Amino acid sequence: MKRTLLWLLPVALLFFALPSEAAETAADTTAWWVWPVALFFTCFLMGIVAVPSGVGGGVLFVPIVGGFFPFHLDFVRGAGLLVALASALSAGPLLLRGGLANLRLALPLALLASASSIAGAMMGLAIPANVVQIALGLTILGIVVLMATAKKSEFPDVQKPDSLSTALAMSGLYYDAASSRDIHWQVHRTLTGLILFIGIGFLAGMFGMGAGWANVPVLNLLMGAPIKVSAGTSSFILTLVDSSAAWVYLNKGAVLAMIAVPSVIGMMLGAMIGARLLHVLKASAVRRLVIALLLFAGLRALLKGLGIWV
Amino acid sequence: MGMSKLDTTQEQQRYATLLYWGSRSGLAISTAAFLAYAFGLLPAYIPLDQLPHLWQMPSHEYLAATNTPTGWHWMSMLQQGDFASLFGIAWLSSCSLLCLMAVIPIYSARRDWIYAGICISEIGILVLAASGILTAGH
Repeated sequence: MKRTLLWLLPVALLFFALPSEAAETAADTTAWWVWPVALFFTCFLMGIVAVPSGVGGGVLFVPIVGGFFPFHLDFVRGAGLLVALASALSAGPLLLRGGLANLRLALPLALLASASSIAGAMMGLAIPANVVQIALGLTILGIVVLMATAKKSEFPDVQKPDSLSTALAMSGLYYDAASSRDIHWQVHRTLTGLILFIGIGFLAGMFGMGAGWANVPVLNLLMGAPIKVSAGTSSFILTLVDSSAAWVYLNKGAVLAMIAVPSVIGMMLGAMIGARLLHVLKASAVRRLVIALLLFAGLRALLKGLGIWV
Repeated sequence: MGMSKLDTTQEQQRYATLLYWGSRSGLAISTAAFLAYAFGLLPAYIPLDQLPHLWQMPSHEYLAATNTPTGWHWMSMLQQGDFASLFGIAWLSSCSLLCLMAVIPIYSARRDWIYAGICISEIGILVLAASGILTAGH
């Protein structure tokens, strides 16, 4: 059962995505509704694998839809931001109430990242699409390396908070159900974290991908927040970062409702199924599957940008 | 044992409540408007069968080819399905504004001027992004 599901997902993704390769030259022969429907089902499947693999849907969305659907990358990135934003907004209230997203930790980082995401979005819409494709391909391949090699620390040991995090009172306490105890946490290396979030926001705005893949390692491995607080706070930060970048795409006409809305609905429905399948699917196997999909999509973006596989 | 009081502070609770209603209503508006658009209950500004030609273009060429208004001008065309769906998306992109505004009085009452200032700055950034002033690019 598990093995069948794991094989079914990539095959189905390719089933919906590959025919679109021919679409760029045969758009006029295909009924308009085929693409939104294919997009909905593709996003539904991406939503299913996004939850157990621990990546945001936006990271899968942009390279896969950008690589295999006939939409211009401008519209794909606009929709990708909205996919990431809608997912983050849906999870935000629960994470805040549960103490897994922390406002004091999130707000300073989000402030810098949302300012730089505007610059990234403007840059992304200003430079030629093939340059963005090449940069996107390289970034996705970098994420593959990060996902395959990065470690995580459940409860990092922060002996002493730095002066900046002390001044901002960036610390907290949450109840960890897995270990049945209150976990007190504090952070360090705050200045480095703040600087890195400027870069992360820029990439999020430029590629429309959300940025959980970068947020979590910085919060967890660099600043020393527990992994659950890092993941929850990262998701909350995206509600602000992606909002500001999304406005740039909206104002520049790079958001098409016919692409964005089916993507958002499909991804969110898929994520609901994915959350229910958490107990059925083996997370490590799904994670390997997602790494393989990202590797394929990253290479596709790179080769498309270089004009080798158009 | 429940959640610690420390991390479910008043501002966090207020933010969460407003974010919940803001995001749910935004998703409901987007979905309803989109279904009305896709199933022809609302007229489309761009004929649906033209879309496969148009969505392959860069956004600036698409705007020129369709004479689609940019910035906030689309707000005057909400009776058309394309733009009614965008309204839901704009709502989703704006719902954090209200949350940020709502926690400023809590920080101010606590004389936590740094976080009140951060919230005001974040609101400024979101308003700047939404204003359409930033028009660099194609």
